[in-house]
Amino acid sequence: MLISNLELIPGRRIVEHLGLVQGSSVRAKHVGRDIMAGLKNIFGGELKGYTELLQESREEAMQRLREQAEAVGANAVLNVRFSTSSVAQGAAEIYVYGTAVVLE
Amino acid sequence: MIELGIFLALLTLGYGFGQYAERRHYRSIIEREKRLNALPAIAARFPPTEPQHHQALVIGSTVISVDYFKRFLAALRNLFGGRVTAYESLLDRARRESSLRMKQQAETLGAEMVFNVKYETASISKGRGNTIGSIEVLAYGTALIRPQAADTDR
Repeated sequence: MLISNLELIPGRRIVEHLGLVQGSSVRAKHVGRDIMAGLKNIFGGELKGYTELLQESREEAMQRLREQAEAVGANAVLNVRFSTSSVAQGAAEIYVYGTAVVLE
Repeated sequence: MIELGIFLALLTLGYGFGQYAERRHYRSIIEREKRLNALPAIAARFPPTEPQHHQALVIGSTVISVDYFKRFLAALRNLFGGRVTAYESLLDRARRESSLRMKQQAETLGAEMVFNVKYETASISKGRGNTIGSIEVLAYGTALIRPQAADTDR
């Protein structure tokens, strides 16, 4: 499965468009990380725990995107976009969407 | 009186550690930027058709938090208006760090350039009074890899 944020793949023709596919994942931070983050709010700097958490959650969202694309019979997802929003205090949603296509 | 003491202590701690961390971070950013200069990351939407490249999605992200002192400065700034330099440097650091991580990932894949780079900024947690607690910056793009360097087509 080719996942790309380009709109077309040079040298490969798009045979069929299959519409939008998406994947999302909402993750909450656990208490230990929240305490560390509270300390970091005083000292400043990178919150490594959160960076990892969001990376994991992005992986999961992409996995769902991939599953959905496979289900509709695509062999590539083009023009992939990411979006992050904090839906509630202490939880963030990662959303991935793209166009499922069949490449020759 | 005790509360004021705690506040001042937090302010000094924030100032000391925050400034130190920022200076160290900028040094490391500049050093890595110099090293990765040979790998261009551009926002063009359409890649060159010749020669044929393999490609892979590369992602870099950073969550970074502002320190106590800077948050105080920003709150003061809210009274008078104007540029909030405290947050400007925060966002600048996060953005450059994310783009460096993206480039590093592209480098390990053996890419020669990164196309269609997009940035995405989100505020992850809010502090008291709706001030920015920490922000996440995500940078992503398509790495173009020369065919002989690539063995997997993700």
